[in-house]
Amino acid sequence: MAAKNRTLSLSKRGFDFEIFMWLYTRLSALAMYLCAFIGLVGALIMGAHTQVNFADLLRWSFMPDSNHVLMNTTLNNIANAAAWASVYWKLMGSLFVAFAVSHGLHGVLSVEEDYLKNPVVRKILRYVVLALTIVGIAIAMDVIWTR
Amino acid sequence: MGLKRNVSLKDALRYQGKGPMLTYFLHRLGGLGMVTFVGLHVLASFMGGTVGRSINIIYENWVFQIVIFFLVLFHMINGLRIIILDLWPKLIEHQREAIWLEWMVFLPVYGMAVYVIVSTALGV
Repeated sequence: MAAKNRTLSLSKRGFDFEIFMWLYTRLSALAMYLCAFIGLVGALIMGAHTQVNFADLLRWSFMPDSNHVLMNTTLNNIANAAAWASVYWKLMGSLFVAFAVSHGLHGVLSVEEDYLKNPVVRKILRYVVLALTIVGIAIAMDVIWTR
Repeated sequence: MGLKRNVSLKDALRYQGKGPMLTYFLHRLGGLGMVTFVGLHVLASFMGGTVGRSINIIYENWVFQIVIFFLVLFHMINGLRIIILDLWPKLIEHQREAIWLEWMVFLPVYGMAVYVIVSTALGV
């Protein structure tokens, strides 16, 4: 029994902005899984196994920013606080935030476009979402790099 | 169109697919919830001051953490199922089983998260 091929080739389907964002949504999700995993492994290498409690380890995995953990309970236990606040982790946090904001706000766009019928409103909201993405990334970068 | 609907919200949530529809609904709820609440959390950290601190005190409250962890973990695990089925379309034959598998992964992971949140809140 020959299996039916139910998928269209890329050349038949075309590769426009929507298809690109469809793929981007999935790949950025995988990238965020990778970011969280790198954060988790990095924290364990820096001594989290004995120096950080489990709740803070989770918090660090979701955003590897030293203030995100150190402002809470474990500041006194961490042997090398400078390592947790290094430029490497600030870059990793920035990458995470850039993926999260672009993935999340494109999600808002696709939900909103499912329910709104007026093409003018939809077109305006595309620019609103683009502006919010840029502003959102800028705000998060400021939080990561300047405090 | 106003607020009148032919289909009640309860019926709408049960629309046809049941299990798959529930994951679809929870995925959107989680996504929008994360944009709202995690976005507010980042914005509050950016603003600082009395307002920013009060928002983050609410965000860090253990009751709120139980809600936000549901939104985040469900969106993460359901998203992983969507990615796997989308990038390997032949697996769509097993989508019902994939949803059962997803709940089997989600429930212990979320249960563990709730346990950690509650035991940390109680100072155990």
